[in-house]
Amino acid sequence: MIDAIDITKYYGDFPAVTGLNFSVEQGEILGFLGPNGAGKSTTMKILTGFIPPSSGTAKIAGYDIVEQSLLARRHIGYLPETVPLYEDMEISDYLSFMGQIRGMSSSQLKKRIDEVVELCRLEEYRNTIIGKLSKGYRQRVGISQAILHEPDVLVLDEPTIGIDPIQVVETRQLIKNLGEEHTLILSSHILPEVSMICDRVIIIHEGQIVAVDDPSNLGTNLSGIERVEIEVKGPNREIVPVLEEIDGVQSIERIPVTGGAYHRYHITVDIGRDLRHDLAKMVVASGWELLKLQSLGMSLEEIFLRLTIEEEELPSPPGEAS
Amino acid sequence: MTNLIAITRKEAKAYFSTPSAYIVGAMFLVLTGVFFVFDVSTPFAEAGVRGLSDWASFFIVFLAPLITMKLLAEEQKLGTLELLLTSPVREWEVVLGKYLASLLMLLAIQSVTLYYVFMIYFFGNPDTGPVISAYLGLVLHGAAALAIGMLGSSLSGNQIVSAVVATAILLIFSFINRVSSLVDGAVAEFINALSMNARLSDFSRGVIDLSHVVYFLSIVAIFLFLSIRSLETRRWR
Repeated sequence: MIDAIDITKYYGDFPAVTGLNFSVEQGEILGFLGPNGAGKSTTMKILTGFIPPSSGTAKIAGYDIVEQSLLARRHIGYLPETVPLYEDMEISDYLSFMGQIRGMSSSQLKKRIDEVVELCRLEEYRNTIIGKLSKGYRQRVGISQAILHEPDVLVLDEPTIGIDPIQVVETRQLIKNLGEEHTLILSSHILPEVSMICDRVIIIHEGQIVAVDDPSNLGTNLSGIERVEIEVKGPNREIVPVLEEIDGVQSIERIPVTGGAYHRYHITVDIGRDLRHDLAKMVVASGWELLKLQSLGMSLEEIFLRLTIEEEELPSPPGEAS
Repeated sequence: MTNLIAITRKEAKAYFSTPSAYIVGAMFLVLTGVFFVFDVSTPFAEAGVRGLSDWASFFIVFLAPLITMKLLAEEQKLGTLELLLTSPVREWEVVLGKYLASLLMLLAIQSVTLYYVFMIYFFGNPDTGPVISAYLGLVLHGAAALAIGMLGSSLSGNQIVSAVVATAILLIFSFINRVSSLVDGAVAEFINALSMNARLSDFSRGVIDLSHVVYFLSIVAIFLFLSIRSLETRRWR
């Protein structure tokens, strides 16, 4: 339903996104995850045909977004990050205008506005001037204009940003329901949100895709990124340098324990390597007692950080120096 | 076509339902009214609309950019342009639709000045020909001024900047004939041909010259075309 083919976009000399390739199947909810400035919004703007890619292209419902822009745009419902709305229009007038410019007939519109207003729970505010609405309600108006013409593809850029927690929950549920009928692509910098809503996640950083997987896989294997918890009885001063020597160990964080004559460490290891064997052997060979050795799964949040923060920028764990 | 109508209708409704357009219109009517009174209060005043139309077209230079400034600038500032242009709408439909709405607004304001004409007919016995030609000139000049305002509005997200740029362009077109006396030959003729004021005085004298009509319509076409282009290139910036 959505095919991004080698999308590259430069703003002047600055590469906003480079060589993006992905596709979204009919009925799938794709999450686009990345820190601020990663190129999420740029990608959304390109997919919806607002700005042209510097090279590459995208196909929406089979139509090329550059060559057949008008046809492609007929199949898109879009909610930009800033939720731009005409401040001095009433909700119902606004929706009917947005419907008209998407080629809906007035009888279609009449019926559909009722449905959409109900779905987004805007009934009481139908005749309210948009400028007077709170952020959460504006967001709902934004979503209702996006789904108004029953597009095949929905593109939502940061749909839960800046609204209060209760409304966030509601909005997520609404999006999830929408995903049953539409092909949906949504961007976010909030991990739990993406893992809650999406079938598949693309992690984007500095304009490039760094990982693609479904949210549950991201937590386990994608990673190969692992941390190991280890408890050792022995002198801390000696343990840390020795364990650091092991090939594949990236960093060691000392976790304070109350009582007990042992030390607990969280060891971060290279992607895709299981070092438990090496660690155990080294501890035993050094004459210390190994009390515990356990692989720690990584939360999506951590994977996200690991994948998107440059290695040199990784904060050094406090236990390392001790 | 339905897109065009939808856009025109939305903008027209916005004009007629918000106070700013009424304020601008009232200002215009007060100013033209004052100068109309001065004009007809002179001894042996002519029963005609010449003075009125001259002043009206002078004030349109400042009025038209105020009418058009928000049309595209506001869309850019609010970001609503993004939703508009990701809908299946062509740029020319956006520009033309908004332009037509502004033309409706201007015609509504100008039509109130017909009250002064009614006064002249009531108290005097004017020649009807020049009245008609003067109003044709006013409408054409207004249409051209709005097209220039449209370009101003497409250039910036800031309404003030939009209005100032459009007013500057309009002032140049209005008064460029004053420069023609400094040069001579073909250059002077060319400069005179560009000037709006030289042509407007013909209209208010009762002369309908086809070349003048073509001139104003060309200004409309050229500036609307430039506005459409300007909107298209926004995507590429």
